[in-house]
Amino acid sequence: MIGNIVKKEFKELFTLSTLIPIVVIAIVFGFVGQTIGNIGETMEEKPVIGIVDIDDGDFSDIAMSVLIEKAEVIYNGNDAGEGLEEVRKENGVALLVIPENFSQNIYANHPGEIEIYWIMKGAGMMDSISSGVVEGLIQAVNQGISTKLIQQDSSSDPALVLNPTKRIETTFFKGKEIEGLSSSQLGNMLSSQSIVIPIVVMMLIIMAGASVIASMGLEKENKTLETLLTLPVRRSHIVIGKIVGSALVGMIMAAIYMIGFSRYMSSFQISDINLADFGLALGTQDYLLVGISLFVALLAGLSLCIVLGTFAKNYRSAQALVFPITALAMISMFITLFKDFDTIPAVLRILVFAIPFSHPMMAMRALMMDNYSLVIGGIAYTAVFTIIMIAVAVRIFNSDRLLTGSVQKRVGLGKLVWGFRR
Amino acid sequence: MKAVEVRELVKDYGNFRAINGISFEVNEGEIFGLIGPNGAGKTTALRVVATLLQITSGAVTVFGYELPKEAGEVRKIISYLPEEAGAYKNLTGKDYLNFIAKFFGEGEKFQNMVQRGLEISNLGERINDKVDTYSKGMIRRLLVGRALMVNPRLAILDEPTSGLDVVNAQEVRRIINSSVEAGVAVLLSSHNMLEVELLCHRIALINDGIIVASGTAAELKKEYDAGNIEEAFVKAIK
Repeated sequence: MIGNIVKKEFKELFTLSTLIPIVVIAIVFGFVGQTIGNIGETMEEKPVIGIVDIDDGDFSDIAMSVLIEKAEVIYNGNDAGEGLEEVRKENGVALLVIPENFSQNIYANHPGEIEIYWIMKGAGMMDSISSGVVEGLIQAVNQGISTKLIQQDSSSDPALVLNPTKRIETTFFKGKEIEGLSSSQLGNMLSSQSIVIPIVVMMLIIMAGASVIASMGLEKENKTLETLLTLPVRRSHIVIGKIVGSALVGMIMAAIYMIGFSRYMSSFQISDINLADFGLALGTQDYLLVGISLFVALLAGLSLCIVLGTFAKNYRSAQALVFPITALAMISMFITLFKDFDTIPAVLRILVFAIPFSHPMMAMRALMMDNYSLVIGGIAYTAVFTIIMIAVAVRIFNSDRLLTGSVQKRVGLGKLVWGFRR
Repeated sequence: MKAVEVRELVKDYGNFRAINGISFEVNEGEIFGLIGPNGAGKTTALRVVATLLQITSGAVTVFGYELPKEAGEVRKIISYLPEEAGAYKNLTGKDYLNFIAKFFGEGEKFQNMVQRGLEISNLGERINDKVDTYSKGMIRRLLVGRALMVNPRLAILDEPTSGLDVVNAQEVRRIINSSVEAGVAVLLSSHNMLEVELLCHRIALINDGIIVASGTAAELKKEYDAGNIEEAFVKAIK
């Protein structure tokens, strides 16, 4: 008896329409993982660096031997400018300059300064892995010098023995030269500033998207759709009305969620650095652009949802249709959190750009780096995507699909526009 | 002017031809019934006239407005009651009537419409309860009220008494008749041949997407030498 019920349930639930989205999303996730690469492998790789040793003393020799052993040194000379150019050209992580009097200062109980010029490629969490490895190298250099100090002279200042070097850091990132910050610090700071937006966008899209798809499923399940479609109201107004209504519901739900989430996130505050000190603070115009990007992405997501919603046969099938939207929002969120748009492979870059939800997720970070073209281009693309999706939805509303599950005629661009006007 | 003119209407669903070249007219102030068994094409024909489905071939006009070109104009003067219609479950009956009436008028016109809807549906105090709590008969009465309160020039009613008990069905038929007296043209479908004989001024017998006979109930009974429409239908499709 139970077997009979299980068989019936399985047949009802395990259908092609529920299976296909999951298979597609599994393939996309697999592809994304494959393309982004492996954190473990990246950490095991020797970081590519350049070294300039002007000191040529006892302690700089220790530093050099540690660095040459544990890193892939692509420049080892005396010209910092030339070294920096070489590191940039070879896609390296940093140029380490050991200045004159490095060893002498340590002998005189003063920390030896190491100038580090970071070449930061991206602000994603995974982009800072290589710089983390270099930070580890500097720790190894410190240990080597500490060991030597202890062996040579036990009367050295304990504080100096523990920390024999001092870092003077400059980070080059997207045309900006930021003094006093390492690439890890800058990456952490940018991440902490822009982590909330991707999560807000994801929640908004999922909550509002689920509302609009469910609304379509309910119209069919409650048999109210036919009446609605015979009322003297433009189909485009029905579509827009559903989108705006769902956007409001989604915003309220996301706001409630975010109140709790922001309290949770505040306990993980990892940076108290003032962005304005480094010329990275956003102005009113930037926040306006983030807002526009967010609004347009929400409309794009909902217009896509309403097209998906037309496939819903009832409330239950509508629930399954939310999955592709959820997955797209999560793919966007994970990629933008872990990698910078500029550091992901070209294929993935196209995918990220094509998903309209990605743009507000990337907007804050891009605006901090004055990358207006990415933000404005993203808004323009998302707006065009929204218009096309709404036109497709209106066209479907004007066709037989909603009632019969099939469209009588092929849909051309001209007809899309004509359908939108109706 | 004819309320509805259908000429050589063909409607295909993929490879399946649901309607195969039917023609009929509905006059102003007339109740015209399409009758036939399940799957005969009645609902499809009504949905085409109600602007819900595209036309494969043929021509359909409603009070001179051509479909699908002037679908927007047609929607202003029709009211459609589907066979298996529902109402929004989280609204009260009155909220639902308000929601629909807002599409058809404002101010006094809107108030009068809602008042008429309340009278037709005749749900008493229950009109202020959520639709979710209504019985099937109450929902149908609410929907009939919704369909007729807007003073349509053409009411398209698909199986208007479907699923109703005898008392409720009789009440719905009374409401339809009184609307026609007020000048509304009605195009309805039914597989209840007795009901159609009682209600309709003219009838078209439809089977397998083709109109096999049409006329008044008396004309059809005479033509097929039948005691009632059911018998006439059986003879017509042989």
